[in-house]
Amino acid sequence: MTTLIDRLVGIDPGSPLDSSFAARSEARGQAERSYQLLLHPVDAGAVSLLERHAVAAFVAVLHDQPETREHYRALLERSDTGGIAAVVLREAEGARANGPYGRFPKGPLSVEDRVGLIYRVASEVRAVLGDRLSAALEQAHLLVLHPRDASQAGLQGLLDAGWTTTGIVVLSQLVAFLSFQIRVVSGLRAVAAAAVSHRATTAIPA
Amino acid sequence: MTDTVITHPDNHEPTSFSADELGWLPWLQPLAEADLTEQHWAGLVDKSRAKSEYFMLLAHDPEVLGARTRTDKDIFYNTKGGLPRAERELAAAAVSRLNGCIFCASVHARFAIHHLKRADEVTVLLDEGIPSPLRGRNGAVVSAAAALSQTPPGFSAANAASLLDTGFDVQEQVDLVLSAAFFNWANRLMLSIGEPTPAAALV
Repeated sequence: MTTLIDRLVGIDPGSPLDSSFAARSEARGQAERSYQLLLHPVDAGAVSLLERHAVAAFVAVLHDQPETREHYRALLERSDTGGIAAVVLREAEGARANGPYGRFPKGPLSVEDRVGLIYRVASEVRAVLGDRLSAALEQAHLLVLHPRDASQAGLQGLLDAGWTTTGIVVLSQLVAFLSFQIRVVSGLRAVAAAAVSHRATTAIPA
Repeated sequence: MTDTVITHPDNHEPTSFSADELGWLPWLQPLAEADLTEQHWAGLVDKSRAKSEYFMLLAHDPEVLGARTRTDKDIFYNTKGGLPRAERELAAAAVSRLNGCIFCASVHARFAIHHLKRADEVTVLLDEGIPSPLRGRNGAVVSAAAALSQTPPGFSAANAASLLDTGFDVQEQVDLVLSAAFFNWANRLMLSIGEPTPAAALV
């Protein structure tokens, strides 16, 4: 099966990585199904296709991994009927940070609190992206970089901007799934690179 | 009907990591069992998950929930070769510790203790966090899972090569990447739509 993960990792058919990933074929297939349902839904329902692709491109830039970043940039540019792609990508670029950070519930873990960027869409950008997408990008930034800061106030902000319960569930799944998929691609590329150089080294007779 | 946020003013959120059995309260209205269609039941995968407010909230998008759960099960429960169950659970607990999901960490710390048949190293992980003083295979699992869970992800080919040298073959590394990556999905879901409750609140 060729999945997006396979393509972005560049898994060689018949390689040790290919057979190891094939041993988890249900996960491989269901990860692809999650991707199709979230990014290419038959019925977009509570979250429009453009919103999904804008959030995905934003999340991919925050993770800064070339293959996924390029994939989701191209996906957004293809569905960008509103001329927002450049704005979304510029916002993401300016909102990059090193995560995870955030605060713990007040108590013994407070010594581990780490401050970091709290991303807010500026009013002139909000005027271009609209309240709904702006609120979604703020929530996506929080979930990618400082998920332990998630709060009811954040969800209230989404509801106020026009999101529904179902829409918020889809948004959470989208950002959370991408946090998985981007790491699988990045992690398997590292595994493949190490396996190849290991084979090359051990193939040389001592 | 206008959708609203549910608040829990009487809940005292746990303030430390533990392997205790915690509860969880949703911030948005879960579905009720009476509302479930065939599609919802299919998304829940196991009938018993209808008793969980977490899964009933995620059931607002049943197809994605179903794909999520099937991905999860294969990564953690498919034991045909690869990384031992204990190490998959340890990776899940390490990622949850790093991201700050007290509920997720408690569940997978318990599973890790069960499969490792010892609690000491899991307790060190929960108490000391990341970077972890753990050594040997368990230390390697925790540090690889934590590296992959940074944003941007920091698990490099050099990290993978060092795992190979420590004795993790390609299948084990694939399982480790999948286990750690999956908890970056699970933690963000759990943290974003509800809050944990203390063990005592269950009784």
